Amino acid sequence: MNAFSPRRLWAIVVKELRQLRRDRLTFAMIVGIPTMQLLLFGYAINLDVRHLDAAVLDQAHTRNARELVAELAQSQVFDFRYRLDSPAQIDALLREGRVSAALVIPRDFERRLADRDRAAVQMVVDGSDQVVQQAARQLAGLSVTTLLSPLHAAVPQGQVEIVNWYNPQRRAPLNTVPSLIGVILTMTMVLFTAMALVRERERGNLEFLIATPLSPLELTIGKVLPFVGIGLVQATLVLLLGIAIFGVPVRGSLVDLYVAALVFIVACLALGVFLSTLAKSQFQAMQLAFFTFLPQILLSGFMFPFGGMPRAAQWLAETFPLTHFIRLVRGIVLRAAGFADLWRELLALLAFAAVMLTLATLRFHKRLD
Amino acid sequence: MNAPDERPAIRARGLTRRFGTLVAVDALDLVVRRGEVYGFLGPNGSGKSTTIRMLCGLLLPSAGEIEVLGHRIPQEAEALKRSVGYMTQRFALYDDLTVGENLHFVASVHDLARAAAKVRVEALLRRYALAGMRNQLAGTLSGGQRQRLALAAAVLHEPALLFLDEPTSAVDPQSRREFWDSLFELADAGTTLLVSTHYMDEAERCHRLAILDRGRLAADGNPRALMDGLPGQTFLVECAAPRAAQQALAGTPGVLATAQIGASLRVLAQDGAAEATALQRALAAAGIDARVVPTPPNLEDVFVAATQRPRHADGEAA
Repeated sequence: MNAFSPRRLWAIVVKELRQLRRDRLTFAMIVGIPTMQLLLFGYAINLDVRHLDAAVLDQAHTRNARELVAELAQSQVFDFRYRLDSPAQIDALLREGRVSAALVIPRDFERRLADRDRAAVQMVVDGSDQVVQQAARQLAGLSVTTLLSPLHAAVPQGQVEIVNWYNPQRRAPLNTVPSLIGVILTMTMVLFTAMALVRERERGNLEFLIATPLSPLELTIGKVLPFVGIGLVQATLVLLLGIAIFGVPVRGSLVDLYVAALVFIVACLALGVFLSTLAKSQFQAMQLAFFTFLPQILLSGFMFPFGGMPRAAQWLAETFPLTHFIRLVRGIVLRAAGFADLWRELLALLAFAAVMLTLATLRFHKRLD
Repeated sequence: MNAPDERPAIRARGLTRRFGTLVAVDALDLVVRRGEVYGFLGPNGSGKSTTIRMLCGLLLPSAGEIEVLGHRIPQEAEALKRSVGYMTQRFALYDDLTVGENLHFVASVHDLARAAAKVRVEALLRRYALAGMRNQLAGTLSGGQRQRLALAAAVLHEPALLFLDEPTSAVDPQSRREFWDSLFELADAGTTLLVSTHYMDEAERCHRLAILDRGRLAADGNPRALMDGLPGQTFLVECAAPRAAQQALAGTPGVLATAQIGASLRVLAQDGAAEATALQRALAAAGIDARVVPTPPNLEDVFVAATQRPRHADGEAA
């Protein structure tokens, strides 16, 4: 066996970067995919919701009740288009999608206002709509007392109670942006590496290369290294856009975040390398990449809350790198957690990378058969 | 180059490769001497590429022994890779790299230091008339230019042995001639070359030749000797209707093959089985007035005779 040669490794890296520079489509995808995904998902989590159609059912008919409706209307979040007479109407309007929310001011509103422990009013919202939920939740933070206080300083504490229909599980909107780093890296890293490696075989370059002293290790590492850099650039891009456009706070350590991203990138690349040993063509590589991509998106906790999934799905999801990275990135970015709290997730990613690289090495021969 | 070595560059015994039930290469015995241009002649699917790949160590033989430049293959294939060059049938360099980038890449892959690589690449660019297009993407080169680039890449590390798998299949006649001049130049410098081809004129230029047929070695030796030793006779039939004559001779005993060459018909007959007069009689019986003259055999006759004999022999044995 020939000794590992840095010169050969570097030759592959330089070649790969040159090819990448000339491959406009891939180059555009490296920057375009993160930007587009962030904007697409970003609008779904846009917190500046205004002018949602709403209805109001005022059963109290008091001055305080009227003031409350006026205050809420002034916030411009809700446009109260319907004045209702019976609770049954709420159901119909929501189901037909004519309103996103309905404010219910009960008959005993004045008495409830005086009671600290009971909700003063009820806001029925369309829980199937993410945006509405978030707007309503914001409102829930305000107390009715605060809304009314300029007029009635003496009115004691009372709360707006949120009744979440259709979607009892509420998701914190800021969860999305940090997780998006993981989703984008899963998509691009696995796909690019698998395709880049299969391309050599498909285009006939491999037959020439394996007749040279180049070793499979040099070839693989050389081809994968540029993608580590690209992955870090993508992660940075999503993070910067997330901070600039959506005001995502980075509460934990930036170093921890990048270490987590790096380990996750390595895990994704390892999966890509393994897939490349299974695929015979770039098209097959792409299919395989998507085959691993979809379950990760669906089961990792990005789309649906992890705790709400069936046991078997949870076990399966534990084998996905994205699951662990999402826990890491949410922990670091949103809860200021460090590796002292999250070392298990980091270990899981490393184990995944090790298993994939072992499988890939076992499958790769420096031969054509 | 290596010190003079009397051992053959390539020696293979009983070389066999099966793909499932298909026997691509069947018990091939082969000796290629140092410094010669050795040809593999055979149609597509005759096992030329498979044999070359096994000799390079890129494909495992199902059976048989191989020794290339003193290395046992496939066990010592890695050690061999420094001293062999391989020009694949398909263009194996990168279309999206320039001519210069491709050659510098290959130089680094062979672990050439930067300064040495620069000197070598410049020399190759000049030798193979590529200097003017060093900054051109390889994908935009013509067929002949691509072949020259591929050859330059294959000999960059000055291999003692060069494998070329149908190197001229996508090249015009002028470029083919120039390409073969380059090959002889390499042979003169001491390189052993193994070239596969399905062109008769190229095969004829080789020092020695192996004719492959469905994975088996049908004949081998010096092209001249093969033609002289052809165990058959060739005739030229001149008549007004060569196509009719071809049909008339199709069933005649002793006739191995016929091929129309312009206005005449070339006939390959088994030795002693069909004389000129016999052919003339057969044609007359079909109402064709023809002149039959013996003609010296060419390599195509050798090829046809070699690839048809086994089938005929089987028929006789039965």
